[in-house]
Amino acid sequence: MKIIKIFLIIFLTQGISQLKSDEKTNKLKSKILKNIRCLICQGQSVYDSESDFASSIKLVVDKKIDEGISEKQIYEFLRHKYGDWIIYNPKLQQKTYILWLLPLLLFSLGGAIIYKNLIIKKK
Amino acid sequence: MKKKFNLFIIITSLSFCFVIFYKGLNNSNTYAPKIIDKKNIPIFEAKDFNSNTYLNSAKIFEEDTFYIVNIWASWCVPCKKEHPLLMELNKNQSVKLIGLNYRDKLNNAKKFINEFGNPYSQILIDNNGTLGIEFGAYGIPETFLIDKNKMIIKKFVGPINEKIVEEIKLIIK
Repeated sequence: MKIIKIFLIIFLTQGISQLKSDEKTNKLKSKILKNIRCLICQGQSVYDSESDFASSIKLVVDKKIDEGISEKQIYEFLRHKYGDWIIYNPKLQQKTYILWLLPLLLFSLGGAIIYKNLIIKKK
Repeated sequence: MKKKFNLFIIITSLSFCFVIFYKGLNNSNTYAPKIIDKKNIPIFEAKDFNSNTYLNSAKIFEEDTFYIVNIWASWCVPCKKEHPLLMELNKNQSVKLIGLNYRDKLNNAKKFINEFGNPYSQILIDNNGTLGIEFGAYGIPETFLIDKNKMIIKKFVGPINEKIVEEIKLIIK
């Protein structure tokens, strides 16, 4: 009887850990697919699209995750094949300096104007 | 003075936005990946169309010659249009044509080849499109020119035409 109980506990623990690991993999897969642009669709991510291109990408991403390849390496692989455009989140590089820095500059400029108008005027 | 400065700021900002949107509107909204750098051919394993055996990329591209990889399917209408040009390219001794049969039914693909001729020295099966992804393709037909160093040097999106055939001939000469 004891042996059956131990066996049942081991079986249940393994089942739960397998479920948790599957859930983690699915979350990672969704995260990656949502960050990949479907190149033949209008404004859709691979995650949202049912096109042939998107379903092939989904299979490739699945395979890469199964092979233990990291999220970053999957993006790098796709970037190498299709260029920067395929990834929604653009990399910080010479070409994208304006894209990344302009909001910061505008935010600082706006802050400076508000500071000047509100605080300095009060004094 | 302050009013003039504010006016200047507003006009500059509006002009900036106008230029950005004007340029954006003139850009094509269809994306076509460009080949700027030469890329190595991918390492893969694929099923042969005739023998049904698996072959690896090293074996497929083993000869010291130019290769053309053409992605096609029997259901693809533009593929029929470019087929005579592939038949013409096949006559050239300095290039070997490899066909990538994309998401197709084997029987339909065989019928297509029997009806229109076989320009390919080898046909590989890409049932789920993942092989096409390895090449960086996103639709069909698509054609890749591979040089003797096994580098992809040209990529033609859509059906090839006489102009592209001439360009390929000039490179492989």
